[in-house]
Amino acid sequence: MKLTLKVWRQKNSNSEGKLVAYDLDGISPDSSFLEMLDILNETLIERGEEPVAFDHDCREGICGMCSLVINGIPHGHERQTTVCQLHMRHFKDGQTVTIEPWRSKPLPVIKDLIVDRTALEKIQQAGGFVSISTGGVPDANATPIPKQVADVAMDAAACIGCGACVAACKNASAMLFMSAKVSQLNRLPQGKVEKDRRVLAMVKTHDELGFGNCTNFGECQAVCPKGITLDHIAKLNRDYAVASFKNIFGGVK
Amino acid sequence: MKLNSKIPSGPIQDKWDNHKFSIKLVNPANKRKYNIIVVGSGLAGGSAAASLGELGYNVKCFCYQDSPRRAHSIAAQGGINAAKNYPNDGDSIYRLFYDTVKGGDFRAREANVYRLAQVSNNIIDQCVAQGVPFAREYGGLLDNRSFGGAQVSRTFYARGQTGQQLLLGAYSALNRQIAAGTVQMYNRHEMLDLVVEDGRAVGIIVRDMVTGEVERHAADAVLLGTGGYANAYFLSTNAAGCNVTAAYRAYLKGAGFANPCYTQIHPTCIPVHGDQQSKLTLMSESLRNDGRVWVPKSKTISEKIINGQMHPSEVAEEDRDYYLERKYPSFGNLAPRDISSRSAKEACDDGRGIAHNAGHNGVFLDFAASIDRLGQPKIEERYGNLFEMYERITGENAYKTPMQIYPALHYTMGGLWVDYNLMTTIPGCYALGECNFSDHGANRLGASALMQGLADGYFVIPFTLADYLAGTVGLANAGRTATDTEAFNEAEDAVKSKTNKLLSVNGKQTARSFHKKLGQIMWEYAGMARNEEGLKKAIELIPQLREEFWSDVRVPGENGELNQELERAGRVADFLEFGELLCRDALDRKESCGGHFREESQTEEGEAKRDDENFCNASVWEYKGPKEAPVKHTEELTFEYCKLAVRSYK
Repeated sequence: MKLTLKVWRQKNSNSEGKLVAYDLDGISPDSSFLEMLDILNETLIERGEEPVAFDHDCREGICGMCSLVINGIPHGHERQTTVCQLHMRHFKDGQTVTIEPWRSKPLPVIKDLIVDRTALEKIQQAGGFVSISTGGVPDANATPIPKQVADVAMDAAACIGCGACVAACKNASAMLFMSAKVSQLNRLPQGKVEKDRRVLAMVKTHDELGFGNCTNFGECQAVCPKGITLDHIAKLNRDYAVASFKNIFGGVK
Repeated sequence: MKLNSKIPSGPIQDKWDNHKFSIKLVNPANKRKYNIIVVGSGLAGGSAAASLGELGYNVKCFCYQDSPRRAHSIAAQGGINAAKNYPNDGDSIYRLFYDTVKGGDFRAREANVYRLAQVSNNIIDQCVAQGVPFAREYGGLLDNRSFGGAQVSRTFYARGQTGQQLLLGAYSALNRQIAAGTVQMYNRHEMLDLVVEDGRAVGIIVRDMVTGEVERHAADAVLLGTGGYANAYFLSTNAAGCNVTAAYRAYLKGAGFANPCYTQIHPTCIPVHGDQQSKLTLMSESLRNDGRVWVPKSKTISEKIINGQMHPSEVAEEDRDYYLERKYPSFGNLAPRDISSRSAKEACDDGRGIAHNAGHNGVFLDFAASIDRLGQPKIEERYGNLFEMYERITGENAYKTPMQIYPALHYTMGGLWVDYNLMTTIPGCYALGECNFSDHGANRLGASALMQGLADGYFVIPFTLADYLAGTVGLANAGRTATDTEAFNEAEDAVKSKTNKLLSVNGKQTARSFHKKLGQIMWEYAGMARNEEGLKKAIELIPQLREEFWSDVRVPGENGELNQELERAGRVADFLEFGELLCRDALDRKESCGGHFREESQTEEGEAKRDDENFCNASVWEYKGPKEAPVKHTEELTFEYCKLAVRSYK
């Protein structure tokens, strides 16, 4: 396959970036998108140019490291597919492909296509856990959990933390990302104990970091490679409303 | 180099309890006085950092990705073993122990494996308490399934994403400690050297991968949870960034490296598509619960399938060779990994492979019978995400056309030698999870890697580390922060000079192209079947390739910036040395055992033939300098509880 790539090049977080065009030939349709970029980089290095920096690791769609906007869509046009699992057979011979990094203020570009996702970490650190330490826990079967509850919790827990939802959102909201954790833990008996604290702390951190609010456009759901749905945002909003109300009366410590 | 395994005395079921009682403790108020470094944030490193933070130690944790949640433990699909015996099918701690020792082809340390089986149940309790959404039955209790090498259902799972869920559990515990200030997390930092002073590990040298700055970090102990070395083969199921550098640097600083030749080749990976391939993808072993492995009985039919003249479903039952069911009737499609992999190779070497690649290396994993028996919805529920993943990669619908699979490098049982306390031969340097050698012998059973990583991190190191801190470091010297010593200077200079050297070669070939060439050598001569001639050839070829690397590699850019090619080149340089060590070990171990198959040592039926008289031991390699050959030491393995027997799955 022959392709024309327009790739975002930016030396570091302080410099300005621009799209640079590259022609590439001989790409196998069975190659993955990242394998195509590997070949671009090999060519660039051999020509004495700087390769394109991009984040990637597991290359099997689970680590959440890869983060490219392809032709304007985070992770590209294939539904529920990370960039690393996107294959070249879904592109046309001779096509022009534009590749950009996530674009949102809380996730600034570090270099080329790599962004800094520290802000997402901070949201998790604010409350994305059950406050128990190692050891001294009850037997795993001590608390039966209805299958349907466990299944929905698992749907939410499938989030890979890539940040595509933020990149797709016109408000740069990380609500889908945050709601996945809140919905998983607040639903389960283990996490219910501190559900009010959790949701208040996570939302507060989310807002302080400069992420915007949700205005129900659903772009996040459309690009999420793991199929996390808006239902989890609804759960987040409900839990937040309840916790805020209790908080008025000083109920949440 | 002295190898003292420090296995506690007494009956095997009491060893761990006795040991916990006899080792020293650090008083709760004194824990915060000690500084601990953890390298790696996967199941082993992440759970260790979190647990030590909870206890009150000052922990610094390092990972090369942008978040601890990216560690490659996340990619484990199938499940985690535990001896809960919830299904009431005859499981016990003793049986899990026995299966693991036998599965490892009697090359693991009995006492360690027993401890692993003992704490396996605590792991499940711990994970459930963290909110890990394991699969459940309608009654609300946990569901189990069976895995290779076992005749009981002891595997807990969370759809096809068990590794992800367990890692996110450990990550949540780690986040809680980061928020509490007991753990300082260093993302995008890569360890490039271990600092050893007066014979003890006292810190590490890391490179900040965003700024390029080389930093020194001191501590009272250094824990490595840095994973395995499967990427020495270039194509493997490991993440692109997985590397041997941290473990190899420890080896260069005096840590013994045990059994590097024990590599696991996983039978169910998606076959190679072509030479642009950068990695291989695993299809969970759990698929073998419901999938049947077969190739046609005749080459003619294989050819017709490859050329598209015949659909696999058109092949008549009597023309199919369900070779695992035929050869190993009692375990069938759930025969252990090493055996299943070799059988696939045999079938393809026999010209009956069905994949559309060079060598036609691929066999079918067919779900048609299960779909007939259980219906497609049941199969979707069990493996839906795996079928989707398969379709994304290959473009084929495995509900209609059987999956194609072929073995690929997946896991490495060898690693840094550790004693019962998980300490390497360098006092104060520990190795956890895949990066140590202790629990899986020559072959790891499915769903045991997650178990071991979490056992080491949650339930072993929090106890055993205290013994070293209280006993050897002592309160008077606790809280090491000094980095202005000769040992740190030397280590930092060595790191910087290696970096400068990489940047100044300015040759013509990329680091990736060298990695690929190394991978070809490794797969050809140290892959699924090995022999003396081939290994000698590899030991000749690798140093030549290394020389070529250092005279012709091209690393663009500078050190003082985010430079992925520099990172890659550094890792490849270490693989180029480590690959030779692996081959030397494989050459030295003249027997076949588990994942190490020496063609010279097989039974008439082509099964692996162990040589217990000469090789009932662990080979531990000591580095002697750049020009010297490494020296081998051995730890003899004794089996008091498991009967040394020919491993039979027939």
